[in-house]
Amino acid sequence: MNFNLSKEPIVIQDVIDKVIKRNAGAVTTFIGTVREMTKGKKTLFLVYEAYEPMAIKKLEQIGAEIKERWPDAETAITHRVGKLDITDVAVVIAVSTPHRNDAYEANRYAIERIKEIVPIWKKEHWEDGETWVGNQLETVPYPTGKPKEGDIRD
Amino acid sequence: MIKVLLFAQLRDELGKETISIEANGWSVAELKGKMKAEYQLGGLETVMTAVNEEFADDDTILSDGDTVAFIPPVSGG
Repeated sequence: MNFNLSKEPIVIQDVIDKVIKRNAGAVTTFIGTVREMTKGKKTLFLVYEAYEPMAIKKLEQIGAEIKERWPDAETAITHRVGKLDITDVAVVIAVSTPHRNDAYEANRYAIERIKEIVPIWKKEHWEDGETWVGNQLETVPYPTGKPKEGDIRD
Repeated sequence: MIKVLLFAQLRDELGKETISIEANGWSVAELKGKMKAEYQLGGLETVMTAVNEEFADDDTILSDGDTVAFIPPVSGG
């Protein structure tokens, strides 16, 4: 199972181990963590919620899209759900490829797609209230298609 | 019956996670209209819709037994 949701803290090495293969010359790992300050506002903790069966399907779809673009890539993604404290790991994406450039690019592709098509929501709990965060990219998602070249942000 | 799933702010707004609606043969757009009229659910113009766990557009026709999920803008990662 390369694509998971986890109610427990993510063991980063376990995600990496899933993409290790003899023909890989590079493994990139993206670790998304819970940030304390956002635009001057202090987050106390977060709650992630998912539409679980569909979220797993969409993570698998991202894996398939990466396979199409980078046929030798191996991808594994685990996203956390539930209550997370500051510095906790929210998501781990591991990608292996024969050469480093593809591993960086494919990993970047995966996180951008997560923010577009995977039904996971975060509720920020601030010192003075709470709010569901939506549309971090401030773009319309691409439910059926793929992001255009210019949509992968830097 | 159609099963409707609500998440994040939509669930908080309605106060429940699921509702069942007699909507056989309706389009997604008609279902959204009903949700707005009957439950005063706001912001449905900006949510995506999934039918049986796959994204669907407003013209998709619903059948008994379908599960419809309204997907507010996502914020994973």
